[in-house]
This record gives sequence, structure tokens and C-alpha cells, in this order.
Amino acid sequence: MDLVWFVVLSAFIFCIGAAGVLTRRNPLVILLCLELMLNAGNLALVAFSKMHGVGDGQVFALIVMVVAACEVVIGLGLIVAMYRRRLPIDVDQMSELRG
Amino acid sequence: MTAAQTFGWLILAFPLLGTLVIAFGWRALPGRSAGWIGTGAIALAFLSAVGALVSIQGLGEEERAVTASAFAYAETAGFSVDFGILVDPLSVFMCLVVAGVSSLIHLYSVSYLSSDEGYARYFAYLNFFVLSMLLLVLAGNLVLLIVGWAFVGAASYLLISFWYRRQTAVYAGIKAFVINVIGDVGLVVAAFLLFNETGALDYAGVFEGAREGFSTNDGTLVAACLLLLVGAFAKSAQLPLHTWLPDAMEGPTPVSALIHAATMVTAGVYLIARTHPLFELAPAAADVAAIIGLATVIFAATVALVVTDLKRIIAYSTISQIGYMILGVSIFAYGAGLFHLMTHAFFKALLFMGAGSVIGAMGGVQSIDRMGGFRKAMPFTFITFTIGALALAGFPLMSGFFSKDEIVAFTFNRGGLYVLMGIGAYLAALLTAFYAFRMVFRVFWGEPVPEARELEQGHLAHHDPANPMTGEAEDSDVGFPGPEHHIAEREAPMRAAMGALAVLSVLGGLVAIPGVTDTLEHFLEPTFAESAGFHEHPSTGAEVLGLVVGGLIAIAGIAGAWAVYLRRPGVSLELRDRFRAVHGFLERKWWFDELYDAVFVRPAATAGRIGNSVIESALVQGVIVGGATGVVRAGTSFARAIQSGYVRAYALLLFMGLFALALYFLIVSS
Repeated sequence: MDLVWFVVLSAFIFCIGAAGVLTRRNPLVILLCLELMLNAGNLALVAFSKMHGVGDGQVFALIVMVVAACEVVIGLGLIVAMYRRRLPIDVDQMSELRG
Repeated sequence: MTAAQTFGWLILAFPLLGTLVIAFGWRALPGRSAGWIGTGAIALAFLSAVGALVSIQGLGEEERAVTASAFAYAETAGFSVDFGILVDPLSVFMCLVVAGVSSLIHLYSVSYLSSDEGYARYFAYLNFFVLSMLLLVLAGNLVLLIVGWAFVGAASYLLISFWYRRQTAVYAGIKAFVINVIGDVGLVVAAFLLFNETGALDYAGVFEGAREGFSTNDGTLVAACLLLLVGAFAKSAQLPLHTWLPDAMEGPTPVSALIHAATMVTAGVYLIARTHPLFELAPAAADVAAIIGLATVIFAATVALVVTDLKRIIAYSTISQIGYMILGVSIFAYGAGLFHLMTHAFFKALLFMGAGSVIGAMGGVQSIDRMGGFRKAMPFTFITFTIGALALAGFPLMSGFFSKDEIVAFTFNRGGLYVLMGIGAYLAALLTAFYAFRMVFRVFWGEPVPEARELEQGHLAHHDPANPMTGEAEDSDVGFPGPEHHIAEREAPMRAAMGALAVLSVLGGLVAIPGVTDTLEHFLEPTFAESAGFHEHPSTGAEVLGLVVGGLIAIAGIAGAWAVYLRRPGVSLELRDRFRAVHGFLERKWWFDELYDAVFVRPAATAGRIGNSVIESALVQGVIVGGATGVVRAGTSFARAIQSGYVRAYALLLFMGLFALALYFLIVSS
């Protein structure tokens, strides 16, 4: 099978994820979309690794998964903490950093 | 370190220590101790100067110029300036006069200022003043000279406006400072010019370079000398930069004595004597100095005839006497000029102290129109003041008699047009004798005023504190004169200082009697060894003849004052009415203040107002400042708009940046 198909699929998934991160306001959905982007990256890494016959890409994919898992743990922790304090689960309402 | 070097540093160390101790420890100093510390510091400096005198006398004639350097003050490629002093006969002589007379003035101040709230502040300033002056005379190069020169100006500002809540005192201080800064600029530019031409800043190097690099009356050298004269004239209150000195009378009376007698105004005389090799190479500049000196002598003497403020009469007398010294040193009669500097320091300090005592008795009133008849009430002040006036008038055998007539004899000795200058100097001497005894007769003789009568019965008159210039009522808080006024009759330190100065005023002339003693000239010879003018003496016969003429003139002047003020007291009023125009002209001090006001002060003030209204508010505030803030505001509002606080907006920016980078690399790699 040609490499191009894998890369195109990866790009689609990445774009879906990116669009979700940019447009959604629920932090849970944003986290899901982030995972989608990371997995798009993983797909590309594994595809390149397989096609070129080098194992590095697969190892990197594993590392990305670990990092993603850590990130989700922290992100979910934050969101649960916010929910417990009855704060709205809406990232647009948390804009205290504006200039 | 040799003995001369050690003593040279000690002369500076003691006043510095005194200044620091009083300035930082004043809270802990009880009663009059600040005054005694200040007096002691200057007295120790005087003893160090005596030590320096003894130690350089022990050296060979050729070696009597000792330099010492503490550290390199400024060091760059090609040259360095040391923090160095020069101990030679001239500087030792100046140190002796400055520290000696200053310590007596400190002693006098211990009593005179003792009821003033700013007692410790006063002595800190006073010690700083003497320190600056000693630094000026001991400086071994032009840079350090300028440092001392500027310090003296600053110290005079602090002391003249010592009573800082008096508007008049503050204005007088500002005036003195501004005119002195004009002089500082002249001096600094002269130093630049000399450095540019000779590549050196220490005296020996400058003189050596000038001798090699310049022919007689070289244009650049004359310019440098004239710039030095600007500095000298501003500091020494010579025409046309004299107007600050009479106003400087706003300071406490001992300050007037200090400025006039020992420090500050003599700095110009010292400067010309110190840079004499330059002036001898530029006789044109020396002639300018001599002419201005003589013009000042006559001008100030005429004004002193009509001024009614006791301290201002003495102030004009100083301007006049400094003119004699400038005349002396610029006709190369250095010994005579410096001799007059010394005797003048004695009798002028004495006159001011006497005036201070009288003003104390008058409760702060300074006008001689209100004084009279203090002879019986204040015998000690009367006798010492009269001694001072006799010395000032040049009465035979008093100190001023020998010193002033020596200058005149040297002037006649130059021949040619200098003879006319000598005649002018004699004319001024007549006026000097007249106004000196105008003070004595108006203050101490005649009908006793109520204050004098009170004092005869043992009561010291007390007026509510008021500004003698404007008559405004005043407080006696800090920044105003103290509530009590002190007189020599009742205060031992004042009496001691005045007594010592009276003795010196009588005997000071003995060091240089023509044909008998020439101690001073012999002592100064190593400094002026290479000077041609120094060795051109008038013959002893000519000097003695000059003394006889000078003595007769002094007696004539005193007799004239007696005739006008004592024999027929109405004559002075008649004369004033008959010559009302002349009197008015003199009373307005030849309109100098008004002239400067019209030429410099008002145009400058107008320019300042225009600058403030047009340039400052419209251009600077409107266009420049306004424009700059506009740019900043526009920029910040854009930056603020980006900082929305929305996570997705930041993420979008991140993506856009990543895409831009990716696009860039794609374009570059293809």
C-alpha cells in the first residue's frame, strides 16, 4: 500500500482534531480533540517507520502515548476540580488572562 | 614621605575631619562644642602650615617646591592627573594667611553665632569653606585647582544664604553662585586651552610648555590668560563681575569677614600670582588685569563714600582693596600684591568683626544713619575698629600703610603710562582714608543713639528680629538669625579674635619695611625665581618717598572726613544736596545692577517665559511628548486586543505560527 494514503489519513484526523480544539468550548471535548491530533501524529510516525523499515518511529509513538496519557490525567484533574467548585465548564468563560 | 609633604596633607586633613565630624555628629555635640571643634580643626591646620613653613625653610633654595601625590585622579592614554599638592613658598604663605585668619574668624563665630539655631550647620559650612580654600591654594595642578575653586563657590553659596528663610539672603546666594559659575567657566576653558597647547595640567608642565610653545603675546596664550582673568575677576569681585559681593553681606557677619579677608576674594589674586609665568609671557593680558584692577579700586572707593549700610561700606572697601592686589600682581610686583593680601586679611577681618559687634549692639540694624556715639559704650570695639580703619586708610606705620604704598611704588617704577595708574591709585587712597573714617566718625562719634545710651547703662538693645534690607518682621527659628545679638564687650572669644587681629593689623607691616626688612619678598623668592618682574625693584629712596606721600594722603583723607562729619556735621548733608545727581549715581552703585538687570536678567527671564509657554507646552508637551504617548497607546491597544484570554484564540495563533513556519521551510527547501 502506498505511504501517501496513510499520510493523507493522518492529515485528515489531525485537521479534525485541530478544528475541534479551535472551535469547541467544552474542555473535555477539547481534550478529546487533542488526543485525536496526537494520534494523527502517531499514525504518521508508525506509517513512516513501517515503510522505511526503521523502528524509531514506533518507539516515538509509544512515548507520545505516554505523554498524552500524562496530559489527560492532569487535564481531567483540573476539569474535575473546576466542576467540584461549581465553576462553569466552558473555556471561554475562563479568560482572566486577557490584556 | 618628607616632612613638607606630610604637613601639606595635614593642612587639608584637619579641616576635612572637622567638616565631617560636625556634619555627621552634630546631634551628639552639646552646646558650643561644634564651634570649638571647628575652631580647633582650623587652628590645627594653621599649625600644620607653620610646620610646612619650617620644613621647607630647611630645604635648599632650589628645592622649595615640594609636590606630593595621593593617587592618580584621572589616568588615560598619554597623560595623567594626580590628586597632588604643591607645597612651595607661595602656597605655604597662602595657607598661613588663610588658616590663620580663618581660625580667628571661627573663634569669633563661636560667640557670635551662639544663639543661632543653625549653629552646627554654620560651623560645618565654615570648615568646608576653609577646606575648599586650602585645597585651592595647595592644588598641584589645574584640575585640583578647579575642584577647590568650585568648592569655594559652593561653600560661599551655602554661607551667604545661611539664613535661608530670608528671601534677600537666598537671592544674594544665588547671585554669588551664578557670577562665580561664570568665572568657573572661564577658568575651565582656560585650562582646556592650556592643556590643548601644552599637553600638561600640572603647573610645572604647563609653564614649561608655554615657555617653549609661545612667543611673547601669542594670541592663544593671551586668550588663555584673559579666560583665567574671567575666573579671577568673578571670584575676586572685580569689574564687571563685582555685583555679587555687596549682596553677599546677607550672610552672617563672620562669613563676610571670611569671604572678604582670608578666602574666596583673594583666590583671584592667588591665581594670577600662581600662573605668573603665563602672564609674563602675555603682558597684554597682564595690562588688561592691571587696568581693570585700578578701575575697580577707584569705582569701589567712590561707591563706598555714599553707601549707608555699614557692612556694605566695608564690602565696597574690599572690592577696592582687592583691586590694589590685582594691580600689584599684574604689574609683576608679586611680593607687594601678596603682602597687601596678608595685611588686608588682618584689617578687613578686624573691621568686619567690629562691624559685627556694633550690629549686635544695634540689635541687627546695619544702617550707619541709625548709629552714632558708640565710643563710650563699646570702648574695646571702638579701639580695635579704629585700628582697622587706620590700617585700611594707610595711616603711617600701620600695616596697610606699607603694603598699599609698596604696590603704588612698584606701579610708578614701571614708568610710562603706569605713572598715570599710580596717580589713580593715590586718588583712590585718598577716598579710602575718607570713607574709612566716615565709618568711624558716624558710628562711634557724635550724639549717642538710644541703643548706645542703653548700652552705657548695661542694657543690650533688643529689637524684634527683622530683615535689615527690607524691614520685614522675622522669626528666630532655624533659617533666621538667632534671637540674641552678641557684642565684643561681653564675649571673650570675640574679644580674643579681635585683639589678635588688631595686633596683627598694627604689626603686620613690619615684615616688609622698604630698606629695613624684606622678609616676605625673600621668602617668596623661590616661587618667583624665574620671573623677570619680581626682581625689578623700585629703589629704597623711591619707596620711602612713596611712603611719605601715601602717609600724607591718608592723613589728608582722615582730616577731610573729620571736617565733614565731626567739625560741622551738617556739611555732608549740604554736599549731598548740592551734588544730588552725583550722589544718586554713586548711591545706585553706578547703575551696575540695573544695567545687568536690563541687559541680562530681564531678556533671560523673557526668553524663559517664552520658552515655557511656546516651546515647552506647545512643542515639547504637545508634539513630542504627545506624539510619543500616541504611538505607545496605539501599539498597546493592538497588543491588548490580541490578549483575549480565550484558550482557542491562543491555540489558533500557535497553529498559524506553526503553519507559517512549515510554509517557510517548504518554500526554502523547494
